[in-house]
Amino acid sequence: MREKVVIGLAVAAALLLAYNLYHIFLVLPDEAMQGAIYRIIFFHVPAAITGMIGYFVALLLSLAYLSFGNFRYDSLAASVVEVSVVFSVVNIVTGSIWARIIWGIWWTWDYRLTSALVCVLIFSGYLMLRRAIDEPTQRARLSAALCIFGCIDVVIVWKSIEWFRTQHPGPVLSIRTGGGHIDPAMEHMLYSNFCAILMIAVALVLIRTRQEAVAREIDSLRRLANAV
Amino acid sequence: MRLLFQALSIAKKDLAIELRTKESLNAAGAFAVVILLLFSFAFDPDANATRELGGGLLWLVFAFAGALVFNRGFARELPNECLDALLSSALSGASLLLGKALANLAMLIAVEFVSMIVFGIFYNVRWWLRPLELTGVCVLATWGISVVGAVFGALTVNLRLRELMLPVIVYPLLIPLLIAAIEITNALFANQPLSAYELLWGRVLLVFDIVFTALAMALAETILVN
Amino acid sequence: MPRAIELDQLWKFYGDYPALRNLTLSVAEGSCCALLGRNGAGKTTLLRIIAGLSPFQRGTVRVFGLSPRNENARRQAGFLGHGIGVYEDLSAEENLDFFARIAGLPSPRTIASTWLDRVGLARVASMPVRQFSRGMRQRLALARTFLHSPNILLLDEPFTALDDRAIAMLSELLIEARARGATLLISTHQIREALAISSHVALIENGRLRYAGERTPEMLDDPALLYRLHTELGAA
Repeated sequence: MREKVVIGLAVAAALLLAYNLYHIFLVLPDEAMQGAIYRIIFFHVPAAITGMIGYFVALLLSLAYLSFGNFRYDSLAASVVEVSVVFSVVNIVTGSIWARIIWGIWWTWDYRLTSALVCVLIFSGYLMLRRAIDEPTQRARLSAALCIFGCIDVVIVWKSIEWFRTQHPGPVLSIRTGGGHIDPAMEHMLYSNFCAILMIAVALVLIRTRQEAVAREIDSLRRLANAV
Repeated sequence: MRLLFQALSIAKKDLAIELRTKESLNAAGAFAVVILLLFSFAFDPDANATRELGGGLLWLVFAFAGALVFNRGFARELPNECLDALLSSALSGASLLLGKALANLAMLIAVEFVSMIVFGIFYNVRWWLRPLELTGVCVLATWGISVVGAVFGALTVNLRLRELMLPVIVYPLLIPLLIAAIEITNALFANQPLSAYELLWGRVLLVFDIVFTALAMALAETILVN
Repeated sequence: MPRAIELDQLWKFYGDYPALRNLTLSVAEGSCCALLGRNGAGKTTLLRIIAGLSPFQRGTVRVFGLSPRNENARRQAGFLGHGIGVYEDLSAEENLDFFARIAGLPSPRTIASTWLDRVGLARVASMPVRQFSRGMRQRLALARTFLHSPNILLLDEPFTALDDRAIAMLSELLIEARARGATLLISTHQIREALAISSHVALIENGRLRYAGERTPEMLDDPALLYRLHTELGAA
C-alpha cells in the first residue's frame, strides 16, 4: 500500500513538474527587470517553503516522540529533517546563483539567507548526531532534544536579524502582500511548482521513513543474535 | 532554592577539580592567547580595522576556547562512572546542568579576562573604557555559551567523536548570540553610546539566555537519562 | 507487607529489541532479594532502571510508591554499579563531603569524617583518590553508597573484584542495613554467596522473569537447582 502511495506521488509529481517546466521555460515571458534568471524563483521559493515547513513538522514530531515514545515519530522526524536539509541547500544554492547575477555577489548576511544557512548547519549537525549514536532509543531521545533546540534557535535567528538586515527581496506572494507585486501567471506557477516540490518531498520522506524502520529492525535482530 | 544549592555544589566541585588539574583552563587560555597573537601578527590591523573587527575576533576566540572548556565538562564524569553516581543520587538533572553551566561560566570568564589583557596590549585597544556595559555583555553572552555548552556536553558525552560533534552542533546554535555580542562589543570598544540598535541586540542576548536556560532545565532529564 | 520496589509489566527496548520483557516483580520492604541470571540476562538493565539511570518504555516502576526519577525516591536509594563513582582528583574527604551535600545531609563534613573512620580511610582522608590502592577505592565507594543510610540498596555485582577486607566491610554494612530494615536488591552470578545472604530470589533469563519467590533450603543445598528448573538453557 505504502509503495503504491510513493509511486503514485512520484508519478504525479513528475507529471506536474514536467508541465511546470514547460510553462516556466517556454510559455512565461522574461521578467521586465531581471530577465531570464527570474525563473529561478520557481525553484528557490518552493524549496525554501518546503524546507521551513519540514523543520516545523520535525519539531512537532520530536515533541510527539518525547511524549509518546513511538518510534514512528522518530523515523518520520529524521526523514523530514533529511529531506528539508536537501531542499534548504537547493534554496541556498539557487539563491546564490540568482544573487550573483542580479547583485554581483554570491552571498550577503541578510536575515533570510542567514536563517537559511543556520538551519542547514543546525540540522546537518542533527543528521551527524544521529549517525554517531548506534542505540535507537538513545538516538531518538537525543536527536529530538537537538531538534527542539535547533528550531527555537532558528526562530531567534530569524526574528533578531529581521530587525536589522534586509537586502533580500521582500515578500511577493499575494497572500502576504495583498497583490500587485507579481504577475498572476507567475504567482500561479509558483504555487504549482510548490505543489510538485512538496509531493517530491513527501515521497522522499516516505521512502526514508521505511529505511529508518528497516534499519531499526536490523539493529534489533543483531541484538537478538548477540543475546542468543 | 534546593536547585540552586545543588547546582552550586556541582559547580564548586568542578572548579575544585579544575583548579587542581588546570586541564581546561590551560588549554583554553593558551589557545585564546595564541589565536589573538597569530591574528595580530598575520593582519597587523590598524585602529580602524581593530574597531571594526575587534568584537568579532574576540567573541570567536571566546567561542572556540569555550569548546575546550565544555568538552571537559561532562567528560570529567566518565571515569569511575561518576555520572551514574550523580544521577542515582538526590541530585536533579536540572541542577546538574545548571551546575555545569555555572562552572563553565566561571572558567570562561577567567579566560576572557586574560584574553582582554592580551588583546588590549597587542591591538592597542582601551577596552576598559566602559567596564559596566562590557561586563554585562560578557556575562550575558558567556552565560548563553555556557548553558549551550553544558547541554550539548551532556548530550554528546557518551558519543564517539565527541570532540568533533560538540563544536559542529554548538556553533550554529550560538550564531544569534555571537552576532549580538559582537555588535555590542564593537560599539563599546569605539566608546560610542549604546544606541537603540545595540540595545535591541542586548535584548536578543537576554532572550537567548532566558529561552535556552529554560529549555535546558526542561529537557535535562531527557538528555541525561538515556 | 509494604512494597519497597514494585515492577508491573515492565518492558525495556533498545530500538525494537526488548531487553526486558513483561517483568512483574515486587520486593517487600526489609527483604534481601538476590537477582540472578547469566551475563546479558538483563540484571544490570533492571537495576539501572530502578535506580533511575535508564528510561523504560512500558509498564510501571515504583520505588516506595514513587517514580524512580523522583527526588525523594533517589534520596532513599543507594546505588553501587560497576564503577566506584568517586572523583580521582578530589581527596577522600572531599568526595564524601560532596556526595553528602548533594544528598542534602546536615553536617556533611562530620558525616564524611565518620564514614572515613568507618571504612578505615581516616588517615588518608586528604589524599587524592588517584593515589589510592584498589582496595582503598573500593572501600571509599562503599562509604559513598552507604553514607546517607539508604532504605533501598541497589548493588550490581558488588562482590566482584573486591579484596578480602572490602568483602568483610560490605558484608558488615549489609547486615547492618538489613537490621535497620533496609531493602536490598543485589545482582550477582555468584549464586552461592547471594543465596547465603538473601531472603528472596529473582531469576532473569533473556529479559524475562523466570522465577521470583522466597529462598528455600533446597536452593542453598543445590544452587544450580533454580537454573535447571526455571530456565530454557538449564532445561536443555
